[in-house]
Amino acid sequence: MMAPVSAIMLSIDGSIAALFVIFGLGVMVSRQMLASLRFFMWQASALTASALALAYALQAVNLLWVALITFTTKVIAVPLVLRWAAGEEVYGRREVDQAMGIPASVLVAALLALVGWFAVAPVLPTLHGVPFAAINLPTGLIMVLWGAFTVALRRESVAQLMGLLIMENGAFFGSIAIVHNLTVIAEIAAAVDVPIVALVIGLLIRSIRRVTGSTRVGTLDKLHER
Amino acid sequence: MTPIWTHLVLNLGQVAFILVFSPLVEGVLHRIEENIQGKSGVSIWQTYRDIWKLFGKDEVVSEQSTWVFRFAPIVAFVMPIFVVLLIPAFTAYPLFFAFMGDMVAVGFLMAVAGFFVALAGMDTGNIYAAVGASRTHMVGFLAEPVFIMVFFSVSYVANSTIPYFVNATWGASWSNMLQPTHLMVILAFFLLILADEGRIPVDSPAGKVEIAMIGHSKGLEYSGSSAALMKWGGASKLMVLALIFVNVLVTPWGLAATTQWPAVLSAMGLVLLKLLAFVIVLALVETTLAKLRLFRISEFLAVAFVICLFAVSIRLVGIA
Repeated sequence: MMAPVSAIMLSIDGSIAALFVIFGLGVMVSRQMLASLRFFMWQASALTASALALAYALQAVNLLWVALITFTTKVIAVPLVLRWAAGEEVYGRREVDQAMGIPASVLVAALLALVGWFAVAPVLPTLHGVPFAAINLPTGLIMVLWGAFTVALRRESVAQLMGLLIMENGAFFGSIAIVHNLTVIAEIAAAVDVPIVALVIGLLIRSIRRVTGSTRVGTLDKLHER
Repeated sequence: MTPIWTHLVLNLGQVAFILVFSPLVEGVLHRIEENIQGKSGVSIWQTYRDIWKLFGKDEVVSEQSTWVFRFAPIVAFVMPIFVVLLIPAFTAYPLFFAFMGDMVAVGFLMAVAGFFVALAGMDTGNIYAAVGASRTHMVGFLAEPVFIMVFFSVSYVANSTIPYFVNATWGASWSNMLQPTHLMVILAFFLLILADEGRIPVDSPAGKVEIAMIGHSKGLEYSGSSAALMKWGGASKLMVLALIFVNVLVTPWGLAATTQWPAVLSAMGLVLLKLLAFVIVLALVETTLAKLRLFRISEFLAVAFVICLFAVSIRLVGIA
């Protein structure tokens, strides 16, 4: 059982969670690649802010490391890696192809959010003593679901990468509320994965583009052997 | 003066506040936008000069038009004045007419003005005005659910739709202000202001090509004093929506707590500063975003709707 935290800290974390969800929605609905990347960076900044708020409220020094690592890897490293590995696609392309219209996908996102909330509901009583779990855990799960939906929705490899990255953000957002005393090395290991994933997928995107002349992976199913 | 008369005078003072300062708010907005775009910009007093000039000009009215065309500018001018009687413009306590209507009434009064202006647009027989009226109503239909959800969220949190009570609820403590629901309602209402006022990314107020206009083509046929009333009414409407945004939702502090004139005058100054901050944000949004294509507006408003849906759901599920 942890010490109770003030109502104002819960409100601050709740507001950060609201921003986190709004930026995630931005990643999902933005039609432009660069806008999608910027929303991801803002979302990672919200994750950093949540880690800082939790570090202060729970007096957990390790969460300061989480905040630092998150900001360095996701707000600074990922855009740099993507610029190097797939710069033309991220900074040159404008519109992104989607399998579903934006209003329909927004409504599906709303339904997924409800699914996320109700999926977490049975778990929350067992986390009664963990003050921020009721906010961070459903928010994180919603983002994991939205990330998976974005991967399925987008027909562009870079945009699909954004889906993977917001899934990862969601997983972090939920986990920092439950487990905030992991060793720093484990947190570094988890966080360093992100730019590596961006690098690997970025290089893959470059290869796909070199071979097919496009990164529209949604159209690749039409390819056939002659 | 008895309290009831003081409240009545202050209530009428709100009307004077809107009528006097709304052209200035619009002028400052234009100036900031043009400065951001690297232009020197027109004077912040230009809207006053335009209104004055238009009042001095002759009016030309088509023989084909009906009474609706002549009546619409009066409705467009008067409705924001009715609205300002219901909202906290510079006092934290309810004034004489405060309980005559709630936020739903505010939406209704605005809709009445929009309805008459759209009818008048079609009444002239100008093809662009008819297209504009039709497009405005398309945006209006899409914005309607968002309006309703904003009212739901606000009334659910504050247990009231009277703007003064909502203001008092949000301003009561920091933990109220920082609720996620509040944040989401603020964002959704801001998107709604952009859509309702025909600002970028929904419509371009500075656009000069009639075929691309949404709401602004409805007033093309007006001249003389009717055009002046339309212009003044448009500026008043922007200021009223901005006042609801800043005084009820974003910064529900700094309003006069007493009926003493020094307190009221300092509150007026503070409200004007809040409006300046709002105008700067609006100018930044307008100059950094591109105008959406017509059929993409539904996406913009769908996002606003889902944000509102979240605001209500968060309260319903009881997460925060």
